[in-house]
Amino acid sequence: MTAAVRAKSAPKTNIDRFLVVIKVVLIGVIAIGLLAFIAQQLAPDNTFAQWTHDGQEAQRLSWPQYRGLIVTGISQGAMYGLIALGYSMVYGVLGFINFAHGEVFMVGAFTGFIMANKLDEAGWWEGGMFIPAIILTIVVCALVSTATAVVMERIAYRPLRGSPRLIPLITSIGISFFIQNAVILLFGPGAKGYPSNPDWLEESIPGVGIEVKKLLVICIAAISMAGLWYFVERTKTGKAMRAVAEDKEIASLMGIDVDKTIVTTFAVGGAMAGIAGILWGILFRSVIATTGFLPGVKAFTAAVVGGVGNLGGAMAGGVSIGSAEALGPLMLLEPLGVKGVSQLSDAVSFTALILVLLIKPSGLFGERLSSEDRA
Amino acid sequence: MNTEITDSVHTVDTVSKGAFDVDWRKIGRLGGILAIGLVFIALVGMPVGLDGRLLIDPILSLGYLSLLWLPLIVGYSVGREVVLEGMAETKKGARDVVAGAAVGGLGGLGLSVLLVLVDNLDLRDPLVNWSPQLVEFLSFGSGLAFGFAAWIVIGVAIGGVGGLLHVLPGRGATAFVGAVLTVMLVAIFESFLTDVVDQLEFLYDNTGGLKVVWAVVLAVLAVAVALSGGFEKVSASRTAYQTRTGPGKARQTSMLVGIAFVALIVIPMVTGKVTQELLANVGIFLLLALGLNIVVGLAGILDLGYVAFFAVGGYTSAVLTSPNRGPQWPSWVPTLDGPGGWAIALVVTVLFASLVGLCIGAPVIRMRGDYLAIVTLGFGEIIRLLFLSDWLGGYFNGSQGITKIPSADFGTFEVKGTDPRSVFYLALAFAALSIYVSWRLERSRIGRAWMAVREDESVAEAMGINTVNLKLMAFVVGAALASFAGAIFSAKVGSVFPTSFEILVSIIILVIVIVGGMGNIVGVIVGSVVLVGVLGGPKQPGLLQEFSQYKLLIYGALLIWMMLQRPEGLVPNVRRTRELHQDEFLQDSWLRGEVDRDEAESVDAGDQLAGGMSS
Amino acid sequence: MTKLLEIDRLSVTFGGLHALKDLDFHVDEGEIVGVIGPNGAGKTTFFNMISGMVTPSSGDIRFEGESLIGLDPNQVAQRGIARTFQNVRLFPNMTILENVMVSQHCRTTQGMFGALFNTRSFRDEEADIRARGEEILGFFGTRLIGYRLEQPASVLSYANRRRLEIARAMAARPKLLLLDEPVAGMNPKESEELTTLIGKLRSEWGFTIVMIEHDMGVVRDVSDRVVVLDHGETLAQGSFEDVSNHPEVIEAYLGRPVEKRR
Repeated sequence: MTAAVRAKSAPKTNIDRFLVVIKVVLIGVIAIGLLAFIAQQLAPDNTFAQWTHDGQEAQRLSWPQYRGLIVTGISQGAMYGLIALGYSMVYGVLGFINFAHGEVFMVGAFTGFIMANKLDEAGWWEGGMFIPAIILTIVVCALVSTATAVVMERIAYRPLRGSPRLIPLITSIGISFFIQNAVILLFGPGAKGYPSNPDWLEESIPGVGIEVKKLLVICIAAISMAGLWYFVERTKTGKAMRAVAEDKEIASLMGIDVDKTIVTTFAVGGAMAGIAGILWGILFRSVIATTGFLPGVKAFTAAVVGGVGNLGGAMAGGVSIGSAEALGPLMLLEPLGVKGVSQLSDAVSFTALILVLLIKPSGLFGERLSSEDRA
Repeated sequence: MNTEITDSVHTVDTVSKGAFDVDWRKIGRLGGILAIGLVFIALVGMPVGLDGRLLIDPILSLGYLSLLWLPLIVGYSVGREVVLEGMAETKKGARDVVAGAAVGGLGGLGLSVLLVLVDNLDLRDPLVNWSPQLVEFLSFGSGLAFGFAAWIVIGVAIGGVGGLLHVLPGRGATAFVGAVLTVMLVAIFESFLTDVVDQLEFLYDNTGGLKVVWAVVLAVLAVAVALSGGFEKVSASRTAYQTRTGPGKARQTSMLVGIAFVALIVIPMVTGKVTQELLANVGIFLLLALGLNIVVGLAGILDLGYVAFFAVGGYTSAVLTSPNRGPQWPSWVPTLDGPGGWAIALVVTVLFASLVGLCIGAPVIRMRGDYLAIVTLGFGEIIRLLFLSDWLGGYFNGSQGITKIPSADFGTFEVKGTDPRSVFYLALAFAALSIYVSWRLERSRIGRAWMAVREDESVAEAMGINTVNLKLMAFVVGAALASFAGAIFSAKVGSVFPTSFEILVSIIILVIVIVGGMGNIVGVIVGSVVLVGVLGGPKQPGLLQEFSQYKLLIYGALLIWMMLQRPEGLVPNVRRTRELHQDEFLQDSWLRGEVDRDEAESVDAGDQLAGGMSS
Repeated sequence: MTKLLEIDRLSVTFGGLHALKDLDFHVDEGEIVGVIGPNGAGKTTFFNMISGMVTPSSGDIRFEGESLIGLDPNQVAQRGIARTFQNVRLFPNMTILENVMVSQHCRTTQGMFGALFNTRSFRDEEADIRARGEEILGFFGTRLIGYRLEQPASVLSYANRRRLEIARAMAARPKLLLLDEPVAGMNPKESEELTTLIGKLRSEWGFTIVMIEHDMGVVRDVSDRVVVLDHGETLAQGSFEDVSNHPEVIEAYLGRPVEKRR
């Protein structure tokens, strides 16, 4: 209840003024980009478009292109959302960012790669056996990621409970680094390819134009999310988790085993990350040891955008970040004449993080933190 | 203290237990951990990968050493007990050896089982090191049964020796450890030692590795020194220095600094190219670490995007000096490649990096610590992506990077990559400057305010400290120091690419600062020498070139281990240690009688209130 | 006497809950005002508001005629208001001397240049800060000086931590000192001594003081005027005798007499 409640009056210091400038510039760029985009949709040969594109006529986006981008955004976003749940829950309960959570996701994707290849050798990945194969893979991925997260908690985070805030954060950076390099050394540095998906998965649904695999990803994410929601809101363990997130001491006085609850939190978060891992495999069909880093940071962004500790918010944040990343470069930057926009999609999601933290640090859907973590 | 407690101290005595009266559960747990650890090391590929490097010809290779050190340490630590006040202390004896041997045996069994599995199952598809070479290595080339038995025997033996260290009298243990360390260090640092003093080559075999005779001689020497109390004298004089206060200490300190400085100037003159190159890298990373130390160690801001300023420094000076910069630069941006041009470019670089620091710092500085970490990480990545992008490709050449950066020419003194010594001297000069800056700032009004911000930000704010400005100042000073390093780096390598500035670099600098000791200049120096010098930087090899494949794994493990066991770092800063071990510190000072106690029992505030109202 | 601090119809709400409601309050220069009230009456919120840590939802705070609304806590301290905290918040790992040196930050000016080149003015200022710190610590007798100067604040006893916190606030050279329960947790002897010191803070150091206190003996001994807060509203104000006989005040503390409730 101190610095968190900041004065909301007019800017006073130079830094405040500078921040206003930054906000205005960022929002201005977004607004102009959007306007330019709308303009070039309506008239690709308008003066502004010609000016930004060095005299060339701008390209108009067609409806199928839109649809493709949106579906890509949502399916990737659903994956980010699943990872974000882990960040969000751990932050809610322990009050620190588990930086290594991206690595838990990567371990899931790696397990998926091993499982998929073994199943492919057995002839399960193609044809009619695909559905049981993918279910088996999802279960194994979730289990391995859960195990990773739980071991991580036991070895590295439990001994650090109660130490200054930055210590577990730094530790988690170390863990992330360690897991990444261990995976490189154990499985080799190169990219690992998943076996090719069955043909029907790569096709689009006739008439609707949505790729089946993206639909599958969205469905799996939705089912997992629903399961998690049921677990947290309806079961006794879930209630214990929420109680511990609110106030550890009081919860333990009420007879809740705090250690066990924290382990459960890591386990559930790990399972979600593991499922996200196999979704990554289905979408991109390739995984390397550094796969966890960028989705990890983006998922964290999603957690912040949705409001840390807020599970529905994490999922919504994931979808927003995924869509921003898919649509942002083409709808905001390309109309402004930026070249090679697809390289900048990562920069777009980082900028989104900064913008949200500047304008609404508690996230779009509100934080749910215990009072000690808010300070 | 009252008499009761004094009495009880006398009645508590050491308890002897039988040789097999050991804590089997603890042995099982540690043995399991040891086995997993050994199997992990084996599968990571260290043994096979390092087998080619002989340490003692022909007995021991670095590959075997990578497995053997672990049972020794675990065998030792199984016998270590936390002695609680007033509790009976167990007498050291045969049971420690038994426990060590048992743990070591379990670990060895892990490797034996691995050997059988690797021979019979084919898991080479995902696990790259699941190979016939591993079988060959683990069975000593003498068949499965031999290897199986051998690893159990080796585990028992080494674990037992680890346990034995508890039993040996003080000097005996020192002698053993001293002998092992001496031989291993002399063997491992073969290339460094022969590079510095050519005459030492007689110690080593032509194919690499110490000659057995000389290994024995070194071990005997170390034992002799230890038994005569030589090591104790060293540690005694160190304690004497540490406990000393007043002007005498200041004189000693300045003498030590003077000696170190002269040594640093002289060493590169006598060593070969390899060592000079190494020193140059150490210098650059030292400069980076000193800057980050101000940000993380003094002001307590966890900046994970520190590499951004390194990149900005490198690219700015590259743009200002290289004829090969992107074609789109307007003509008024000069190319300063004449004598003295680099110095002007440096000034511009530092100013520009400070400006970037200000622009990045302003939005993030108000965020809470952990958000700040991630956002700075994001900025670090954005900056790299911008240098890489086609969008700014006309300025920075994208992934092609900027090449043909001229050497730093000061007229009389030229710093170029082909002469690593000159790079080292330049880095040293800037490091000296940075050390001076951090040292002065730490002991000033600003340094005190940073300390207060680190301890309790909202109270510092209420006491009239403008926390935002102060943190921003630390951020900008850090950025400026990093840009020095960037400028030197670009002049040394002669080119800058986006891949030189990955997040990895930030993390490694952070590890240096943390391993050395946050907020401690000596610690940062030790950290950069030990880590960058011995293990190597992100892309630069260190003394242990053999380890370059494994060094990032070691960095990660080191970071975790330091945080768990010694968050204050190798060379701790007194104050930081206190912050990190507040409870223990208070307990200790309570035991020493330094904590003052209230003069009498406090009275319940509620009673006072009631009393006051009724009167 | 001139009004040093004036508060007009000040309200603050936390999520619909009125922590303070239409509060009017003023402090004259050289006055010692005691603020009392039952737990949860909004006393600490009141201090947080004056020191800029909480922004009021409506109303105005004027210090020496200038509004403090919207200022950061450090700017408020700069204007001349320093405070202590109910749950003693020292910088535990800084030494006792450093604790009082660091709070002079806003009264000193040496920047990076002076520190880097160790200029004459820098050295003078450092010596000055140190001397002033020691002088202030000396105000509390021998407890905080001598060998203690270089000890970390965390080894101090509870009572000494309270004293050091007051010293730290004094070192910020304020005009107005806000003391949040200065004698809480002290025994009668200690609180009696501190009561005398609080008197001296005004007579010898010239501070104007607003003090939250539960110990009625202390309030009676030093306050010129007492303000009673309850549920974020002023219940009564005046001399200690007036206030302590005020029926509503007694009711707020002890509850409604049983027969009235029936």
